[in-house]
Amino acid sequence: MTSLIRGGRIVDPSQDLDGVQDLMMEDGAVVAIGESLEIPDDCEVFDAAGMVVSPGLIDIHVHLREPGHEYKETVASGTRAAASGGFTAVACMANTLPVNDCRSVTEHILREAENHGRARVYPIGSVSRGMEGKSLSAIGDMVAAGAVAISDDGLPVSNSELMRRALLYTRHYGIRVIQHAEDLDLSGDGVMHEGQWSTRLGLPGIPGSAEDVMVARDLILAADTLGKYHVAHLSTARSLQLVREAKARGLDVTCEVTPHHLLLTDEEVSKSGFSTDCKMKPPLRSVADRDALIEGLIDGTIDAIASDHAPHHPDEKDESFSCAPFGIVGLETTLSLCLDRLVRPGILSLSRLVDLLSWGPARALGLPGGTLAVGSLADVSVFDLDATLTIDRHTFVSRSRNTPFAGWQLQGRAVATFLGGEQVEAI
Amino acid sequence: MNEFSWSRKDLLGIAELSAAEIGLILDTAESFREVATRPIKKVPTLRGKTVINLFFEASTRTRSSFEIAEKRLSADGLNFSSASSALVKGESLIDTALNLQAMAPDLIVIRHGHPGVPHMLARRVAAGVINAGDGAHEHPTQALLDAFTIRQAKGRIEGLRVAIIGDIEHSRVVRSNIHLLHKMGAQVVVAGPYTMMPAEIEALGVEVAHNLDDALRDADVVMMLRIQLERQGKSLIPSVKEYFNLFGLSRDRLKLAKDDVVVMHPGPMNRGVEIASDVADGPQSVILEQVSNGVAVRMAVLYLLSGVRGGEE
Repeated sequence: MTSLIRGGRIVDPSQDLDGVQDLMMEDGAVVAIGESLEIPDDCEVFDAAGMVVSPGLIDIHVHLREPGHEYKETVASGTRAAASGGFTAVACMANTLPVNDCRSVTEHILREAENHGRARVYPIGSVSRGMEGKSLSAIGDMVAAGAVAISDDGLPVSNSELMRRALLYTRHYGIRVIQHAEDLDLSGDGVMHEGQWSTRLGLPGIPGSAEDVMVARDLILAADTLGKYHVAHLSTARSLQLVREAKARGLDVTCEVTPHHLLLTDEEVSKSGFSTDCKMKPPLRSVADRDALIEGLIDGTIDAIASDHAPHHPDEKDESFSCAPFGIVGLETTLSLCLDRLVRPGILSLSRLVDLLSWGPARALGLPGGTLAVGSLADVSVFDLDATLTIDRHTFVSRSRNTPFAGWQLQGRAVATFLGGEQVEAI
Repeated sequence: MNEFSWSRKDLLGIAELSAAEIGLILDTAESFREVATRPIKKVPTLRGKTVINLFFEASTRTRSSFEIAEKRLSADGLNFSSASSALVKGESLIDTALNLQAMAPDLIVIRHGHPGVPHMLARRVAAGVINAGDGAHEHPTQALLDAFTIRQAKGRIEGLRVAIIGDIEHSRVVRSNIHLLHKMGAQVVVAGPYTMMPAEIEALGVEVAHNLDDALRDADVVMMLRIQLERQGKSLIPSVKEYFNLFGLSRDRLKLAKDDVVVMHPGPMNRGVEIASDVADGPQSVILEQVSNGVAVRMAVLYLLSGVRGGEE
């Protein structure tokens, strides 16, 4: 089957490409990029005039909640949310019930994706069996089934020896160990960033050092093991600096940041009147941390923007700030937020944003896609820089509604996604 | 400002109040103080009004104070405490709130261990909500009665130097007092073990003293806070003895303060831990006046809020 996306502005940082061209796809792969390509017979044509055409966006940090927590999200609903938000692929975390620590769970997720998915799903296996932080999961089996990395996300790998073993063992498979970097003793019963706002609100704080000491420890272990290490949802200036220095020393280290850590700070907990939609881990940090993360996007220290899409049922979030679960959804808001708040004010170029949402994450986890080079996967995102929207949680296709961005008026939104050259069905 | 210009449905914290509003509450309390001296300590002001006292945390002083204030105003008071409330049966906070609302109270007085719970309640119910302490966040009526007591002892609040000593991090009394004292023009210095000092407290405009002596020097008012040795299983100080040596208020050390200093404590007191008995019972102590004034201040708050109706949501 042949299809053509005609007349769009193709932005593909993997090839340093930014210009109005046609994109031809055949049998699941990109076959040509050029001006005014000839349209063959039986070719489906998508008119992208006035729109941006990019490599399919990849979110390497989402919680699809299946198996076990289907009342929050499923592979079907989560990938619909992904498609709605302009994403063609997601990597899903292992903290399901049961934990994705063996082949059968990995296969279950992939089967659901095969049958109901509207985006590619790359399962991330757990580091430890049952995410108990003791013994290694069935890593080789999971990789054989399709796992692309390992992580105990939601919980850190606290035991230094286990982290060292994970970094060593994953070298056989060339996959990354993704760390939710948090020293649980330092974060204690904290529910928001420790600083003047936690002090004003009387809420127990999570110091930035809870993240920093873990990142520092892991980087020492990564250096000794030559392992591949990735910091999930990096949130502090000091952790960023540690990663920057590690990269300069040549360590195989990558990191991601979330849109909420780029756009919100701890003051939001006060401004929102204790809204539990401002409660997540790591917590919204200080202005200085936020500014440092923006700098990290610009200077290339940060490899990817990932949403940490963490659906929770409204009843669970409708609790006191102290009791509500950590986490917010992000698949349906990430692209628009970044286009409006990072690209439109000129903080990031459009090309750099596309890099952070496609080529960067693909390289970090060694995933296919993230590029429109001839011969590569025909996964494509199309978005309109001029279209406006107001974030309305009630229109989310995700099963959950927990966002701190409700009511934000944004310019720039996803229009369509293509998987293997075929347009993903509109919601 | 007079009672007719009071427009708040709820009293959730001092942070959002203006100096004029604080002044109005204190002036109103002044007029209610006299009720306690009558042979029949009751006025019909809130007859027919229903007040629910919803205490999710143990409290003797504050709850009794509110109850007495309600009775003296002839309101119908109803007590829920955590032991008897539906929360132990697994009912969500929101359902508890909606159930109470269905009984159409005029005011709800709430104490809860988690910051922000009174705010959450206030958004869901038409009744006026009075925060009687939410975690380490605010305890507005305590700060108001403290201010009332200071005004009574000193004739003013403006220009005074107030030292607050103890577990600053876990104290809601401190936060409400810092806001109130600043709004009324006083200067606040805090001191306590560094393991009990919250992050970036300077951002609230207070001076942080390194030791008790520095804090006491030239103070017009000294507020001592209750010390708990352990919190959430963590020991924040090695022992009671060490604490008293570092931050306990003795008669000798009190000499560093101004001659006419007054000593306050929100209670409950640990004699010999944060304060020596001869100071607590001494001539400079106004600790029991604080308790008496608490009733008048709470009568004022109940009275002012009972005149405002409505719901934000």
